[in-house]
Amino acid sequence: MDRYQFLTILAGLIFSLGLLGVVLRRNLLVVMMCLEIMLNAVVLSFVSFAVRGQTLPGIAMTFFIYVAASCEIALAMAIVVLLVKRRGSLDLGAHQELKG
Amino acid sequence: MIKLTLIPLLPLLGFLINGLMGNRLPRWIVSTIACGLPALSFLITLILFSGLAANGVPLTETLYSWAALGTLNVDVAFYFDQVSAVMCLVVTGVGTLIHIYSAGYMSHDESQPRYFAYLNLFLFFMLMLVLGKNMIVLFAGWEGVGLASYLLIGFWYKDPEKSAAGMKAFIVNRVGDTGFVLAAFLIYFYAHTLDFQAINSYFATANLPVSTMNLIGILLLIGACGKSAQLPLHVWLPDAMAGPTPVSALIHAATMVTAGVYLLSRANGVFLQAPGAMEVVIWGGALTAFLGATMGLTQYNLKKVLAYSTMSQIGYMFMACGLGSFSAGMFHLYTHAFFKACLFLGAGAVLHALHGEEDMRNMGGLYKKMPFTFYTFLAGSLALCGIPPFAGFFSKDEILWSAYASSHGGSQTIWLIATVTAGLTAFYMFRAIIMTFFGTDNVPAKLKHGIHEPPFSMAIVLLILGVSSLMAGFIGLPGVIAEKFGLSSPFFNFLTPVLGHHAIRAGLTEQTELMFMAISIIVACSGIFLSWLFYSRNPGWSAAIKKKAGGIYTAVSQGYYFDAFYENVIVKSMDILSESVLYNIGEKLLNYITIIKAGGSARFGGDLLSRLQTGSVQAYVLYVLAGLALILWWGVTNV
Repeated sequence: MDRYQFLTILAGLIFSLGLLGVVLRRNLLVVMMCLEIMLNAVVLSFVSFAVRGQTLPGIAMTFFIYVAASCEIALAMAIVVLLVKRRGSLDLGAHQELKG
Repeated sequence: MIKLTLIPLLPLLGFLINGLMGNRLPRWIVSTIACGLPALSFLITLILFSGLAANGVPLTETLYSWAALGTLNVDVAFYFDQVSAVMCLVVTGVGTLIHIYSAGYMSHDESQPRYFAYLNLFLFFMLMLVLGKNMIVLFAGWEGVGLASYLLIGFWYKDPEKSAAGMKAFIVNRVGDTGFVLAAFLIYFYAHTLDFQAINSYFATANLPVSTMNLIGILLLIGACGKSAQLPLHVWLPDAMAGPTPVSALIHAATMVTAGVYLLSRANGVFLQAPGAMEVVIWGGALTAFLGATMGLTQYNLKKVLAYSTMSQIGYMFMACGLGSFSAGMFHLYTHAFFKACLFLGAGAVLHALHGEEDMRNMGGLYKKMPFTFYTFLAGSLALCGIPPFAGFFSKDEILWSAYASSHGGSQTIWLIATVTAGLTAFYMFRAIIMTFFGTDNVPAKLKHGIHEPPFSMAIVLLILGVSSLMAGFIGLPGVIAEKFGLSSPFFNFLTPVLGHHAIRAGLTEQTELMFMAISIIVACSGIFLSWLFYSRNPGWSAAIKKKAGGIYTAVSQGYYFDAFYENVIVKSMDILSESVLYNIGEKLLNYITIIKAGGSARFGGDLLSRLQTGSVQAYVLYVLAGLALILWWGVTNV
């Protein structure tokens, strides 16, 4: 197993870990953190493929992802703060009114 | 070369001006526009007509291509040949006169601009009908005059009876139009063209089975019957008298109702190949002429007498077409336009003086107060009765002679029906004259002081039409008289290139023709004499006969129960069909299937699917994940 293979598998594992956290955890803040973990797994795979292929665009992409991620987290945190103000709880189960 | 297009476009311009801005313009401008533009059309028609008479070359003007669908090319094209020239002269000439008359007649009406807008619109469509080069342009005009007729019959729309009469005319005409459209389909199916000249030349050499030709002929005839108020589609015409009287004169006497005759002449190439359809045209025309005249005998409403008379005279024209004497039909159309317009406008002058009183039982003795109106009315009546030298004599005699002598189905029976009808015509016309202008004065007291001769604009038109009723026949002298005096019949010579000669049976002498002429004069005079005897000399006799005839009289005065038949059989059965069958079976079944069944299952499915909508964000993430996994799996296995 060369290091690129290892890095790809590692990225897959981290992504799955983040996904599990998003699906299973009930704390809003932890869910947000797991989302960030998934994003980082993606960035890791971008970087490893870029290094392996000796190309620049993959590396440039990571910077865009970080910019987008920081914007996203700023918005998401604002939403989380508003939700918590509304219900007084960080539990996802408290935010289920949009039920069919 | 835009002249030909201007003929219909000028009235359209009048419609647009008066229709859009008429209410803001002073009334004299409205009526000047409304009368002036048709007069200009008439002038252009005259110029084109003199050119056509000199060199005999028909004019064609193509405006633009309306539709190009594969092999079917429909152009908006106008065609000015001998037949459309005659029609065009009648429509613009009589039309202009009636517009001028209307300026006086409608001067007190609050919606005078609307009236003139509709009247100009009518002229536009009528000219489009007359000048249309192919069946589609003609049909557009055909429907347009139907619309204008509907608008003008229901002109005083505040009276529900009058707007109902307008709707009746419109709906009955639809029945005829169905026939017209089907005929157009069939013609296109066989001839691959809708251009009249091409149709006529195609069918002349096509050698199609006679049954096909008869079918096309009958369908065209149904269309013509609807528009021209022939049996059994005549029921709308008497009711159409609800419109203003000049409208009755223009649309329901002189021009629109004769469109059927024009259609038969235009499509003469089709009819000449369809002997069975021609037979139906003859008998339909003869029956309509006879029954219309008998219905005219029993009416007390002055305008309805004239309406039934119109129907009866158009029956004569149809009969002439069926006998192959298309030019005789056109000649009667042309003289009829003058004398019937004259009669209607004379009746309008009487109505105007009596503030809308139409019942002849409330008239009488008007001769002393309105002598001028009486003399013009008399001129029109004499022309209608066929008394020489009035115009109607020449045209009607031509038809009576064809009825006997035509090699296309002329016979003694047809001639006898036509001649008896001529006698009846004379009888009911003079009955109307005696009841209106002579006899005891039955005018209600409150109307008496207002009786007056018509104003100048109306009187001048009456005068022109009265003189035309006297003179118009001289351009179409019967062949035998023309030969005797070394004169010619310019009317028939003019139409021969398009409509051909009358086909006369072999072995008939000049003496026979002169004898028949004498008989028709005698019959007309005896009709007049009898009505004098029954209504003036011994008024008791007519009442006695009425009593004796009993049920027959009622049947005739009710128009042979045609209306009752349509009301009770056709309309009722439609009602029953729609209520019992369509509502109970159709609609309820449909409701069960669509609303109860289909609606129920949609609701059930919705209930099921809404379970997925848990409101939990994490569940949604799972769905996305599952979807993504499915797509990836599908991608890996299939690509």
